[in-house]
Amino acid sequence: MSKTVSFITRNFGKYNPSSLASYEFIGGFTALRKALDMDGDAIAQLLADNGVQGRGGAAYDMGRKWSQARAVQAPHKCVVCNADEGEPGTFKDRELLSKDPFQLLEGMIIAGWAVGADNGYIYMREEYSHLRPQLLSAIEQCEKAGYLGENILGHEGFHYHIHLYSGAGAYVCGEGSALCESLEGHSGRPRMKPPFIKQCGAFHLPTCVNNVESLSLVPPLLLDKDGFYKSQGTPDCPGTKLISVCGNVKNPGVFEVPFGITLREIIYDLAGGIEDGHQLQLVQLGGASGRLASPAQLDTQYTYKGMKGADLTAIGSGAILVVDERTSVIGFLRMTQQFFSHESCGQCTPCREGNRHIARFLDKIAAGTHTEEDIKLMEKYANIMSTASMCGLGETAQSALLSAMKRFPEVFAVKKEVAVR
Amino acid sequence: MKPFAQKLNELTPELVALVDDVIARHNGDPTQLVGILLDLEAGVERHYIPEPAAYYLAERLSIPPTQVYDVISFYTALHDQPRAKYTLQVCDSAPCRVKDSDALCETLKRLLNLEVGEVTYDGRFSIEKVPCFGACDVSPAVRVNGVVYGHLDSEERIMDMLRQLD
Repeated sequence: MSKTVSFITRNFGKYNPSSLASYEFIGGFTALRKALDMDGDAIAQLLADNGVQGRGGAAYDMGRKWSQARAVQAPHKCVVCNADEGEPGTFKDRELLSKDPFQLLEGMIIAGWAVGADNGYIYMREEYSHLRPQLLSAIEQCEKAGYLGENILGHEGFHYHIHLYSGAGAYVCGEGSALCESLEGHSGRPRMKPPFIKQCGAFHLPTCVNNVESLSLVPPLLLDKDGFYKSQGTPDCPGTKLISVCGNVKNPGVFEVPFGITLREIIYDLAGGIEDGHQLQLVQLGGASGRLASPAQLDTQYTYKGMKGADLTAIGSGAILVVDERTSVIGFLRMTQQFFSHESCGQCTPCREGNRHIARFLDKIAAGTHTEEDIKLMEKYANIMSTASMCGLGETAQSALLSAMKRFPEVFAVKKEVAVR
Repeated sequence: MKPFAQKLNELTPELVALVDDVIARHNGDPTQLVGILLDLEAGVERHYIPEPAAYYLAERLSIPPTQVYDVISFYTALHDQPRAKYTLQVCDSAPCRVKDSDALCETLKRLLNLEVGEVTYDGRFSIEKVPCFGACDVSPAVRVNGVVYGHLDSEERIMDMLRQLD
């Protein structure tokens, strides 16, 4: 099995990302023409047959998502492209947005056709504002060429427009319902569910939210005649995935890998190994909300099942943060905790208060003044947060801590003199 | 609290022109409030939303001023207090911290003789700690007015970055 593949990233460097003509020259928009001859159900079925799961982190079955969105009866629907990529350590969508914006737009138009939507919204994080002009011009060129607008490519009644919206530095806006709030010009606080956003999302319309990578995957998949995508990866987890490797490695960056590669191959072969003379301490998978892996777990296969089996985050956003011995486990947990304390929207009590308390416990552990009682309470609070929080942010905020308690129990050990007291 | 009319008295013609221009670029669409405020902030030299502009914007979009301030206070990238012409945003998330962005921050503080959150007397520089801005492949990194400067792991590189700004 080759280490890296080129399927979603097949166009990288092959055309000028600011010119529609050069995208058409390399065969752009043939997938859209093919899709327009297909039924929306057939497109959703194609995704399901290839076992495509959402690439934003939740790994929802994409074919199912599209057929559910298609089944909702409403005069207007919308498709949202989630380009909020806020998970620390994730920058794969940045590459897709900067090097292949037209493939994303093509994927969004196909999504609009498949689910029967009339508007598409790209919600891009403010941190990527330097990519705005290129993306806006790409949308404009598509409108002029008739790929967007009224009666697209002569298909009577298929009207579809794409709008570019900007976030403003709020991690919680990556959560579907918070994203919808932000699209409407409000602060991004998650909504109570139900209603789910597939029934009532942005502008109170049925909304189908997909990650940048999920949408970018659609055009190559439609054109994949000889089943290349399915031949990659493992039998129970076919396909390829973009990962972003960063931290204390020699060669950080974005790689497209087949599922089934091991963490060891990713870290030592693709990313060049740990920086000079240092030892691997831990790996965090899937961004700040991901679990920690110990060096003993490096031979775990990078598939949804393999990762779950090893009690790790199932792929998540594709972020792989490698940390060497210069950062202690507790030091690392405090960094992650500071992030969540800052990013909690403060709406629900478990997340708002829980983050505060856990930050205090971690300070105590770092100072070595904690007791058995503190550890028990900390674990209890962390579990309450993951079961009782309103949205995914609070639910996953403590996965790093809880996994660290399993994998590195020694760092939570109570110092003797404190225990006696 | 001053009545709204008085806030609008403090409007300068330049600010009115800026707000009008930004609203026109967003087709006067109040759902684009977040984007409007970001563009407004980019147009003001010290990169913040002046109070009269916020009230004028609310009036133009026919939305309550409280909604404007709800949004400004919620999002990290929006500010209601003057910042600097060049605000040096240091990434404070784990991918940069494990590459010693703390040392980068200390060096910036020493070179500019500033604390985090302070602004220099001439209003040109300030230092902010922000969450991940997606430049983890070039960490430790600093972001200034939307431009990312990466691999800032030595004092020479940090000095080079500062010289490029002004």
